[in-house]
Amino acid sequence: MSTTNGTIPLAAKDFATGQDVRWCPGCGDYSILKQVQTVFAELGLDRDQVAIISGIGCSSRFPYYMETYGMHSIHGRAPAVASGLKLANPDLHVWVITGDGDGLSIGGNHLLHLLRRNFNVNVLLFNNQIYGLTKGQYSPTSEEYKVTKSTPLGSLDHPVNPLAFALGAEGTFIARAMDRDPKHLKEMIHRCHEHQGTSFLEIYQNCNIFNDGAFFTFTDKETKPETTLFLEHGQPLRFGKNREKGIRIDCFHPQIVDIEQDGYSPGDLWIHDETDICKAHMLARFFDAPDMRQKTVLPRPFGVLYATERPCYEDLLYDQLKQAVGQKGEGQLDELLAGGATWEIG
Amino acid sequence: MFGLNIQNFSIRKVYTKSKKESIYMRKTTEIQEEVTIKFAGDSGDGMQLTGSLFTENTALGGSDLATFPDFPAEIRAPQGTLAGVSGFQLHFGSREILTPGDEYDVLVAMNAAALKANLGRMNPGSTIIVNTDGFDKKNLRLAKYEDGQNPLEDGSLDGFEVFEIQVTKLTRESLKDVPLSTKEKDLCKNMFVLGFLYWRYNRQLDSTIEYLSSKFGRKPEILDANITALKTGYHYGETTETFTTRYNVKAAPLEKGVYRNIMGNEALVIGLITASQKAGLPLFYGSYPITPASDILHGLAQYKNFGVRTFQAEDEIAAICAAIGAAYGGNLAVTGTSGPGLALKTEAMGLALMLELPLVICNIQRGGPSTGLPTKTEQSDLLQAFYGRNGESPLPVISTSSPADCFFAAFEASRIALQHMTPVILLSDGYIANGAEPWKFPNASAIPEIKVEFSKPSENGEPFLPYGRDERYVREWAIPGTKGLAHRIGGLEKQAGTGEVSYDPANHEYMVKVREAKVEAIADFIPKQELSIGPEKGQALFLGWGSTFGVIKSVAQNLLAEGYEVAHAHLRHLRPFPRNLGAMLDNYDKIIIPEINNGQLSKIIREKFLKEVIPYNKIQGVPITKAELNDFAKQVLG
Repeated sequence: MSTTNGTIPLAAKDFATGQDVRWCPGCGDYSILKQVQTVFAELGLDRDQVAIISGIGCSSRFPYYMETYGMHSIHGRAPAVASGLKLANPDLHVWVITGDGDGLSIGGNHLLHLLRRNFNVNVLLFNNQIYGLTKGQYSPTSEEYKVTKSTPLGSLDHPVNPLAFALGAEGTFIARAMDRDPKHLKEMIHRCHEHQGTSFLEIYQNCNIFNDGAFFTFTDKETKPETTLFLEHGQPLRFGKNREKGIRIDCFHPQIVDIEQDGYSPGDLWIHDETDICKAHMLARFFDAPDMRQKTVLPRPFGVLYATERPCYEDLLYDQLKQAVGQKGEGQLDELLAGGATWEIG
Repeated sequence: MFGLNIQNFSIRKVYTKSKKESIYMRKTTEIQEEVTIKFAGDSGDGMQLTGSLFTENTALGGSDLATFPDFPAEIRAPQGTLAGVSGFQLHFGSREILTPGDEYDVLVAMNAAALKANLGRMNPGSTIIVNTDGFDKKNLRLAKYEDGQNPLEDGSLDGFEVFEIQVTKLTRESLKDVPLSTKEKDLCKNMFVLGFLYWRYNRQLDSTIEYLSSKFGRKPEILDANITALKTGYHYGETTETFTTRYNVKAAPLEKGVYRNIMGNEALVIGLITASQKAGLPLFYGSYPITPASDILHGLAQYKNFGVRTFQAEDEIAAICAAIGAAYGGNLAVTGTSGPGLALKTEAMGLALMLELPLVICNIQRGGPSTGLPTKTEQSDLLQAFYGRNGESPLPVISTSSPADCFFAAFEASRIALQHMTPVILLSDGYIANGAEPWKFPNASAIPEIKVEFSKPSENGEPFLPYGRDERYVREWAIPGTKGLAHRIGGLEKQAGTGEVSYDPANHEYMVKVREAKVEAIADFIPKQELSIGPEKGQALFLGWGSTFGVIKSVAQNLLAEGYEVAHAHLRHLRPFPRNLGAMLDNYDKIIIPEINNGQLSKIIREKFLKEVIPYNKIQGVPITKAELNDFAKQVLG
């Protein structure tokens, strides 16, 4: 593989900086950092053509550990900074690193608008369902009644569903991955890079200090086959230890079936279609929502829920700039200074 | 179709003149040196447009002028009420005009509320032109006149020259054959009034007809109706016996050259675009709509053919953060707002300061605190600009003193930001933003380049020092995408030179001091403070900044003429101050600082120079008048 400028391809370690990585030992962030560095090397990206923009929080230290351009900005505002940078320099590969607090609490507004404008940037949202950097308060994705330092009797907040939020914000690429499945995570990072438009990847990330095991049920070998659903475009929704279970749509409701026992063939199942916005919305609701008829919990989907094409904001803006020149001609400073009506005194 | 109209009109005008020679002869023309007119009506009456068109027409005639629009905060305040009165004030003359005028020589009142709201600023003997159709029972009640009271009938206007015109009725009559609804016809009554004033001040109608045709070109009925109303108003003055005198205000002895009329926000827009062209960098403007700054966004959005990227962000914070992103990417990045918006941008300003990226932050001030008085003017935010950030966070502050001066202030703010790698706060205000004056605009070729150099790609693999500095303490600007310069910046304290995160105590103190020294060093690259008028030593110096320029200078002029030894200096550079300011202050017995706030510059001057100053403060959402400042100064001077 060669890089875009024909020099010697970089290895993952070439994307690491000299700074000591200061996340807590055992933090899920290490795995994500490693996969991002690996994917960048696999993609043959040029270090000088990448800018990583973050806000505030544990995950937002990310740019310091990447040998690329980067900005550790202020709390919640990375999407806005990234928008301005992408407009100034549309050729850059711009990545936004954020967390559940940074991206969905203080910066929720900016994330919403980044998604609907569809700048061609990639958002990695590290969700650990806790505030780590401030030492353990509940976050907007924490489960109800969570007992933390700031909620000794349990939190009263109903949690936000990040993927439903991103879909609601008219995102064009919505996906989920987890820190403990590096192979799948890598694949998702590749997909983010490929997508033209804002790609939104929620990554379940374990905070082993303040919220250890928050996603244990999805990451543990024993339970993972029963609780997770890995999506593949064009393939039926199947899960279970022996992939014996599937999801079919029964009167607009997702229903878990046992393929052999219930007498279904894979063709009867819900076939995943990344481009189907209605189905994407249903999948985003596989969020501890029990299947009412069977009193079971639907498995949590991982992979690309939704991917569609829509013009990117920066392309539209540059088109407008061209169009304006086409209509009015290249701006002439003397004409601008003179404006419309002038008169002479002499 | 419209072209024909103009032609018809001019032919008819010639015809009218010759045919009605006898009428003409009986009318006299009087020369006036200066006039202040106030156009006042309901916020739906089109008074702002009437005022602007009359202003444009006046400017084309070569008079010097200053304007001041005064409108309600609500788009359509309750009709006919005092709260709904919208006004436009124009002061023009054949001599230098520095302010929009304290009192009105002529009031145009479209209804009872407009009369009531403005009568207090009319001198005895001055002229009131009223639309009597705006004085019916309902109008009088809404204007809070007592039952049965009508100012047109009860003698309360005795001593004024009052012209009563049935504007609504006459406009409707003139349009009786036009296929428009009564409501649409009534919208033309401001054109009737404008036509009448054009007659009164001996004007040509061409510029207004041209404007109307560009605005209503696609709606021929509406265009015809407006032109008809305009001409009817003109002919009404000409043919009605009551009006015996016309007035001529001659051209002012302005400096030779080519002029245009310009509003403050418009000049700011042009100044920013000029800076972007002269620096060879694309202009990025991130903003969120807010009064009175929105017109900058509207203005810049029209100039995409100059490569201007306007970005209407989701909020004030996103607006400045997007601008920071664009600055990182190598644009001339600008954000614009008004007081409450500046408060929201506070944290991001601190980030830009820490990143040491160029950024222009325009604050078009309005009455505060909080939402305050959105449509009223105040020099509200000097202290916010100076101190309104966490930590030790000095930023350069520039101010503008008149509508045309916004051009130079915007250019200077951009120059300092780009050449000194710092955010710069530019303070304008509502009075300047919406005010207008004639401007002898420069040639593009006469405007200096703004030299900007990005860091060069690294060739020899030597480590790049993003926080290395030159002798002015200025760091380099390395644009993402440049080969070999990959580096990280952020809001955490940086190690000098490398820019890596550092918690080292001595380094933090050094970085605080060096960021301050960088801002202070700008004083070596700005002009010395000059006097706008008056002797170099004397009894008193008026020290001002921003929109008080005109009133202070004209008061100083009057006092000088009366034999007082006073001078006036007006600050463009508020931080850092020009190097000679301290010595200048020492040359006068007294320092008088007039401000439209509670004494913000006074506080700063006291702190900086340990000098006693005499503040003159007005905090009423309106400009200081000449009379009140003159009275105050005389008390102080004894």
